[in-house]
Amino acid sequence: MNTQTTNHVFLAILRRDLMIGLRQRSELVNPLVFFFIIVTLFALALGPYEETLRQSAPAVIWVAALLASTLSLDTMFHSDLDDGCLEQFLLSHHSLTIIVMAKITAHWLLTSAPLIVAALFLGLMVYLPQTAMLPLLATLLLGTPVLSLVGAVLVALTVGLRGSGVLLTLLILPLYIPVLIFSVATVDNAAKGLAITGELYFLGAILVLAATLAPLATTSSLRIRLG
Amino acid sequence: MNNMNHVANMTATQPREKANSAGYFTANGLEYTRNDTVLFSGLNFKLYGGEMLQIQGANGSGKTSLLRILCGLTLPDKGEVHWNGKNVHEDSHDYLRDLSYIGHANGVKTELTALENLMVARAMAVPKEAVSNCAALERAGLADYENTQARKLSSGQRRRLALARLMITDARIWILDEPFAALDDTGKKLVKEMLTEHAATGGATVVATHEPVDIQHFKITIITL
Repeated sequence: MNTQTTNHVFLAILRRDLMIGLRQRSELVNPLVFFFIIVTLFALALGPYEETLRQSAPAVIWVAALLASTLSLDTMFHSDLDDGCLEQFLLSHHSLTIIVMAKITAHWLLTSAPLIVAALFLGLMVYLPQTAMLPLLATLLLGTPVLSLVGAVLVALTVGLRGSGVLLTLLILPLYIPVLIFSVATVDNAAKGLAITGELYFLGAILVLAATLAPLATTSSLRIRLG
Repeated sequence: MNNMNHVANMTATQPREKANSAGYFTANGLEYTRNDTVLFSGLNFKLYGGEMLQIQGANGSGKTSLLRILCGLTLPDKGEVHWNGKNVHEDSHDYLRDLSYIGHANGVKTELTALENLMVARAMAVPKEAVSNCAALERAGLADYENTQARKLSSGQRRRLALARLMITDARIWILDEPFAALDDTGKKLVKEMLTEHAATGGATVVATHEPVDIQHFKITIITL
């Protein structure tokens, strides 16, 4: 298969999923509202103490981002299974891995990209220092694609199962722990004026690993589930 | 398997040599078990281009399972399916280029318009350049619904949209699960016309339906599960 055809299929599926996502506004807005509510709940629970909020800010924002991202994962393949589109993807002569990569990219653009913008505003709300804003942006840019990539594998494994939503959450959250640890450590260190290069390299390495393996694992999982 | 008959209804008027060049489809000793019940076993057939295989059977007899096995979506417990001599479960690339499938679900995205659905379908399959998306929609009776989201279409119209997808793909083998479902008389007539044209151009079709497929001049083999 030549590169032009591969690009054409990737862009066709990406465009398709973006159009579908933009027409289902509730699925676009719900994770954002959820994200906002969780951060607000943390802020209310911790009290109006600037120092406490500042110390907790990286953890609060990242835990909220993880939960909001998990909330939107279930939709990635579910409707395609119901309406028969997933069968059509499996029966296409084009690479299923390319189709899966396009779907993961669309999912990230629709759910995580708005979260990243919202996180910067919510960072101000929880007194995140200005010096930690750019590192927060960097961790979100490196970390949230991993959430979509790893999430896709488990969504594919659980698609069509009864009660898959709860099962998916139970399975996925432990896998997000490395991203959470390195991201929070990066923002925390930045807020204290410490070096963050090591943590960012680790996040970058996790992203490369996930981007390399997750589409292949998702493809195999879908074939197993639909077979 | 309760009962299986192989009935050659009509005599092929196409020379087999010509049909062979369009590809041939074989199943050898297929067996499939679901929930400890053997749905079918020892199932064999050979289908050439320009011929049709009709699968009949009661609800739950395994028609859809058989079609999914023939597509390569499901592995049989025993037996093999070959397209042009290649096992479709092991070497599927050429087979998938030649295959179009309409299952129970239409493969239609309700959030997209009829035209957008066909644009995606064209990108996914080997397209038939001679038939434009608009022409396919017009033939399927959806000319006035090009820019209507599929969610606003009736179930029959969504089935017609799935048929329009068949029209724009250059597939040599069609596997259709209840293609007449939800269609009115005009829609059923359209399906029969499409099946006739597909056979006339050397295409092979496997269809699961209870409806009589009275297509003239082409060989139809009937298997009852």
